[in-house]
Amino acid sequence: MKFTVTRGLVAAAALSLYAFAAQAQENPECIAPANPGGGWDFTCRQVGKSLQDLGLIDKTMQVVNLAGGGGGVAFAEVVNKRTDDNSLIVAASSATATRLAQGAYPGNSMDQVRWLASIGADYGVIAVAADSGIETLPQLLDTIKADPSSVSVAGGSAVGGWDHLKVLIAASAYGIKDVRSVKYIAFDGGGEAVTQLLAGSVQAFTGDISEAKGFVDSGDIKVIAVLSPERLPGEFADFPTAKEQGVDAIGANWRGFYAPGGMSDEAYDAWVSKIGELYASGEWKEVMAANGLAPLDLQGAAFQEFVAGSVAQIQSISKEIGIIK
Amino acid sequence: MELLANLGDGFAIALSWQNIGLALLGCFLGTIMGALPGLGPSNGVAILIPLAFTLGLGATPSLILLTSVYYGAMYGGRISSILLNIPGDEPAMMTCLDGHPMAKKGLAGEALSLSGIASFVGAFLATWGLILLAPQLVKIALLFGPAEYFALFALAFMTLGGVSSTNQAKSAFAAALGLGLATIGVDTQTGVPRFTFGEVHLYDGLDFLVAIVGLFALSEVFIFLETRHGGSDAAGRKLTIGKLYPPVSMIRQTTPTMLRTSVLGFIAGVLPGAGASLGSFISYSMEKKLVDKNGTFGTGDPRGVAAPEAGNNAAAGGALVPMLALGVPGSGTTAVLLAVLLALNITPGPLLFSQNPDVVWGLIAALFIANFMLLAMNIPMVGLFTRVLMIPSRILMPIVAMVSFVGIYGISGSTFDLLVMIGFGVMGWVLRKLDVPLVPIILGTLLGNSMENNLRRAVTIDNGNWWTLIDSPLSIALWAIAIIGFVLPLIVGARVKAKMHQRRDEEGAISD
Repeated sequence: MKFTVTRGLVAAAALSLYAFAAQAQENPECIAPANPGGGWDFTCRQVGKSLQDLGLIDKTMQVVNLAGGGGGVAFAEVVNKRTDDNSLIVAASSATATRLAQGAYPGNSMDQVRWLASIGADYGVIAVAADSGIETLPQLLDTIKADPSSVSVAGGSAVGGWDHLKVLIAASAYGIKDVRSVKYIAFDGGGEAVTQLLAGSVQAFTGDISEAKGFVDSGDIKVIAVLSPERLPGEFADFPTAKEQGVDAIGANWRGFYAPGGMSDEAYDAWVSKIGELYASGEWKEVMAANGLAPLDLQGAAFQEFVAGSVAQIQSISKEIGIIK
Repeated sequence: MELLANLGDGFAIALSWQNIGLALLGCFLGTIMGALPGLGPSNGVAILIPLAFTLGLGATPSLILLTSVYYGAMYGGRISSILLNIPGDEPAMMTCLDGHPMAKKGLAGEALSLSGIASFVGAFLATWGLILLAPQLVKIALLFGPAEYFALFALAFMTLGGVSSTNQAKSAFAAALGLGLATIGVDTQTGVPRFTFGEVHLYDGLDFLVAIVGLFALSEVFIFLETRHGGSDAAGRKLTIGKLYPPVSMIRQTTPTMLRTSVLGFIAGVLPGAGASLGSFISYSMEKKLVDKNGTFGTGDPRGVAAPEAGNNAAAGGALVPMLALGVPGSGTTAVLLAVLLALNITPGPLLFSQNPDVVWGLIAALFIANFMLLAMNIPMVGLFTRVLMIPSRILMPIVAMVSFVGIYGISGSTFDLLVMIGFGVMGWVLRKLDVPLVPIILGTLLGNSMENNLRRAVTIDNGNWWTLIDSPLSIALWAIAIIGFVLPLIVGARVKAKMHQRRDEEGAISD
């Protein structure tokens, strides 16, 4: 009975594969609200791996990629269907706050979930090609002021997204009245945007330190400003801040997690303390150093408050530049 | 020879029992995942990441496991294309065009083993390309600005006439339909949602995996249901398998094709904005323009099987170049691999080759090992795969339906995607009735977004000046090839058309 054997094989192969996806509901689960390969996916996988390495969780963290709507599909899923799930956490970042602030998750607001903790922040950078004549942030902003059409700024987020907002925050802090005249070109991710900077298609890049780091090390691009309150530690100490150049602009892409709104206090506290313990560990310091993540140590209520503040800030910038009414 | 010494070190790292075992496991699982419609290389790699982490593997063994899955899936995609006319993953779509007709002619065994060899040649040459040229190739990627990318996509679509064996107008219609579907979702250049009707699931646009499975697999099921209902027994697909090895003359005939398309596919892979699907697409249509003197492409020409397979496997290797050397993923799968590298505390980028040579050379050695393993595994397994053809449709089709539903739900975890898939299934069924080819629809959906975005980036950067599109020698060259590819068939059109009419009746849209 060759047929039966083949059919059995096909069925067995199919089942064993899908079993991977469906296995063990009790495992801690992390939803990455995007396809594999992005920042949220990284957050889930790296934190899951480190938690397990440190013995803070005894089972492997199950990472589920629930892409769609810039995180909106996952947000709606958590709010509507999984609101009582105690073993679930969801990766979030400034992009989540940006979309919540701009009403891009239809019918959802930040109060519908519980914000757990941050695991670090990626400060924004503005960079130009190594052979560019521009050396400082004011020089770049003056060029834009004089003739906005002469400078194209590339970033990895869509128009109105966080990479775009960062450059607008700087422009507005420098006194450029009509920030909408700043020419922003959206690429599919920071990597593609940097590539186009190297290719000479665009004149400036706005993104995160982690996206720029490899190219700074190789000497291909130079960072003219980092949007942090003071100079960053370690190998990033050479980057001048925008503030010290007289442009009072701060832009941090924080990374962290939220949990379902109906999670029990007990489970919430347990997650908060686990992520807090992870953050305090030496291993995590190494991960942060290797990926250019700057310190941002907020847990529980403090984090909840921080996110609320971040949403309010983005709402007011977005209104100013006309992205929302 | 520093190069050979490095490569030797790489093999020393890769050739441990554990690593060989991992490569074997990866190749096997990858082939199966590639063959299952819905599960492509990127999901395959993503599914196995937890396994790599749970086993506590280091950087090099993890990469060996995951790249074996990647290459395995690129090999496996062709199997269901040839046997069932359902592409196992996106790049294997072009293999349907000639692979399935070959299977229908009773040459399934030859088609499978020939495509296995073509995959090997493509991947093998691409791995050498990766070793020898990676640092230099980065410069090619830097020649491509938005205007050049747009010209490249335009080139792909203007030579589309070569793809479909049926009516030109219908394939143009299909491509336009695909491009239209690609506009659904939030427009990244303005941040405005288009055609989403307030449905958050549509904000990121349509997932082309869902589209492929719906259009190809489900519509196949619908056609089957219909013919059953009509009383005609669908056991009409009684097929002979034929030999398991291609005759030497066939290999000799297809060798130049394989070599040419390997180069073409590799270059497409190196460009971060292009990828494996464009690689196999351009390989097929260019090869058809070049050697299809008698109009046999689309009817089961072995060269039409070898071209896209060599092309897409070469592109898979090429896509590793920008990932390793720039930290920019050239395809969905390399985006996943990039995430794995980052999770393992390795930062790909311009300095990876000097900072982590053990990882790079171990990976390259692993690619060679995986390649030979896959060839050795795939040729004897052809006999096993071809048995699928002998499963009666009444049993096979429910399995296809089940795998489609479980597969799509397993990936996205959303019932909305299942509804979209059913919608595409119905659409595919109607379009097949109307003899409209399905491949250009997928190409439109797959490439439409990048094409549109690059056009708008180019024009915005140059402040609304459309002449920017032909402002560099490279873009002028690409446009010239595109126009020649478009116009030439019109001039010699009468001759070609006559031949097309001769054979369009027998095959119809099913063989598109």
